[in-house]
Amino acid sequence: MTDKPCNLFDVGHRACGGCAAALAAKLILEAAGKNTIVVSATGCMEVFSTPYPETAWGVPWIHSLFENNSAVASGVVASLKKQGRTEKVIALGGDGATVDIGMLCISGAFERGTDFTYICYDNEAYMNTGIQRSGATPYDASTTTSPAGKCSFGNPRPKKDLPAILAAHGAPYVATASVAYPADFKKKVEKAVNIPGPCYIQVHAPCCTGWGFEGEKTIAIGKLAIETGLWVNYEMENGEVTRVKKVRRKPVEDYLTEQKRFRHLFRPKKNDGEIAKIQQIADRNAEKYGTDIVLKK
Amino acid sequence: MALNLGCTAKPGNARDNKTGSWRVFKPEFIREKCTQCGMCTIVCPEGCISPDEDEFPVPDYDYCKGCGLCAEECPSEAIEMKKEEK
Amino acid sequence: MMEIMEGSHAVARAVTMCRPQVIAAYPITPQTHIVEALAEIVANCELDADYITVESEFSALSACLGASAAGSRVYSATTSQGLALMFEVCFNVAGMRQPVVMSIVNRALGAPLSIWNDHQDSISLRDSGWMQFYAEDNQEATDLHYIAYKVAEDHRVLLPSFVCFDGFILSHTYEPVDMLNQEQADSYLPPFKPYHRLDADDPISFGLFASPDYYQEFRYENDQALRSAQDVVASCGREFGEMFGRDYSGLVEAYRLDDADTAIVAMGSLCGTVKDAIDELRDAGKKVGLLKIRSFRPFPAEEIKSALSGVSRVAVLDKNISLGSKGAACLEIRDALYGSQIPVLGYVLALGGRDVRKKDIAAIVDNAEKGRGDIVYGLREELLK
Repeated sequence: MTDKPCNLFDVGHRACGGCAAALAAKLILEAAGKNTIVVSATGCMEVFSTPYPETAWGVPWIHSLFENNSAVASGVVASLKKQGRTEKVIALGGDGATVDIGMLCISGAFERGTDFTYICYDNEAYMNTGIQRSGATPYDASTTTSPAGKCSFGNPRPKKDLPAILAAHGAPYVATASVAYPADFKKKVEKAVNIPGPCYIQVHAPCCTGWGFEGEKTIAIGKLAIETGLWVNYEMENGEVTRVKKVRRKPVEDYLTEQKRFRHLFRPKKNDGEIAKIQQIADRNAEKYGTDIVLKK
Repeated sequence: MALNLGCTAKPGNARDNKTGSWRVFKPEFIREKCTQCGMCTIVCPEGCISPDEDEFPVPDYDYCKGCGLCAEECPSEAIEMKKEEK
Repeated sequence: MMEIMEGSHAVARAVTMCRPQVIAAYPITPQTHIVEALAEIVANCELDADYITVESEFSALSACLGASAAGSRVYSATTSQGLALMFEVCFNVAGMRQPVVMSIVNRALGAPLSIWNDHQDSISLRDSGWMQFYAEDNQEATDLHYIAYKVAEDHRVLLPSFVCFDGFILSHTYEPVDMLNQEQADSYLPPFKPYHRLDADDPISFGLFASPDYYQEFRYENDQALRSAQDVVASCGREFGEMFGRDYSGLVEAYRLDDADTAIVAMGSLCGTVKDAIDELRDAGKKVGLLKIRSFRPFPAEEIKSALSGVSRVAVLDKNISLGSKGAACLEIRDALYGSQIPVLGYVLALGGRDVRKKDIAAIVDNAEKGRGDIVYGLREELLK
């Protein structure tokens, strides 16, 4: 392989084995192609791919700060426009960079109609700093800043609905995806980069280290999230949901029991009350997006 | 070796970092079972599985971290994870 | 051609002639007139620039960073709280060696909230790796923009630059300004040639992280670049003088300093008042002179040392204070004169827009002659009882 030309997201990066963020980066560039400029936020993906003097990026790539990738991308887009250049601009960030600290810049860039695609790899906590809760951490997940304890069931709030917030900015295309469905994800990336204006994709990226499962299960866990209704894959075009992945739903327990971050819901004894609340979240998702496959009688 | 102005880098040199040394379990690809569906190549987070001249997938053990995702997702169970002797 | 213009409008015109391709700006008093003027200039197609109406100063400078890295000449302007909000980006732009030029319309920092002038905003960024030039009047404020771009983009430098001028005192004041025409500006400032840029045909990664094996050397190189920028500042300032008759080859400028006993050191518009005060003090038989610091970063320590070598005392006027310590220029001058036996006396003054008059300068000289320094000058004692 050393003799072969570089992949657009190349070997030698330092992500954990089985890392969904690394897989997402690879899939994004396979879909977007080499005529792409990537603007990365600080985070796992930035750190594992660019320890000086090594870079895993085969496309032009820039990292500035944790919270400003949308603003930096706005500048890149403006500069390309003035130079008459054709590269597509993709801003990449984890959920902390995206739904929390970067909100100001993202909101500004979307409101201005910036012609770029923002992709959030959502691993549902601040993983680079050691698994702290973010606005995208799901209800009851135990993290290092929302630990389960004698008087805590873990994270007390549900996930912030950033796709809806950005759709409300008038974004022409907003989608959710999962690394567990690579072809679907790539199709959405390809679609987003070719739609003028600000597009947003939030890709579910199960984190073996942060969630507590073996690296080989990354895709299996991602599939379970969708099959239980705790993650919904959908597309919104001009504010309307246009496509939803339908499933034959499984109980949320099937997903929860596979991950250490929810272990406190089952040990020392099963917490039926909290599990029922999580089941309600899945039920509401299913109802809202119409994900359930209804068998004909 | 002079520093690159502004802490920049040209592509290609992440390859200096041979992540294969991290591996504990090694994926062994069983040709007889392989249907060349390409799933292992798609899901590998390293991007280090590519087809050989006969279109059979081959991992690059210089970079394979042994995560086992390919073996787990292979629909024809054509990849086995074996404890590596070092 | 000589025109009577408001300072902000003169700067906006000079910036226009520097042909920035991307402008990212956010309104804040007393900088707003610049970005309003530029918006109008762009709206009338008098400048072919992309004007990004960002949602914060933080994004303004971040967008400039992105546009600069993609290969465009960029411009922004801010002041006070806006600059404070850019703090993190400022260090980043300098570390990434992007030649961003930004006007700082100097204003005090809250709390308490104040829209009036002092130098606390830009001085607080003195460690960020940006060049910092301070203008005495609107002529200098406009001229320094051409020079700042030329120095910043020089491949021997590749550092960002503040062009600082005093809020309201200069920005909102009408003065005669000799504006270059476009042809003159183009002959002085060539089109931007990036050292490297984001480009799919020749991909580069910008902004990697550096382990302890590398970080210190990057910081060292950054420091070396800023130090050696002194020569480029001098040569670009000299070239400007040769072409247009106003010489800026000195990073400092002396006024009646040759035979002075007391040297006043000051920056910005205060220098005008000091010069008038000096004329009166000289008439009264006091040998007083001024050393104006035009370039605070790079800091021309050797130039300052030699300019002040013959005086008996130095009175440094600082429109800023490092709380718990002293004014920034005072500390730097004292460091520059270390070992010389010349007393350096610091006077923090004019904070938050407190007016400084000629009689205040005379009083400070009086204080200095008595060896009384390192004070906040002009306190209203009745408020402190």
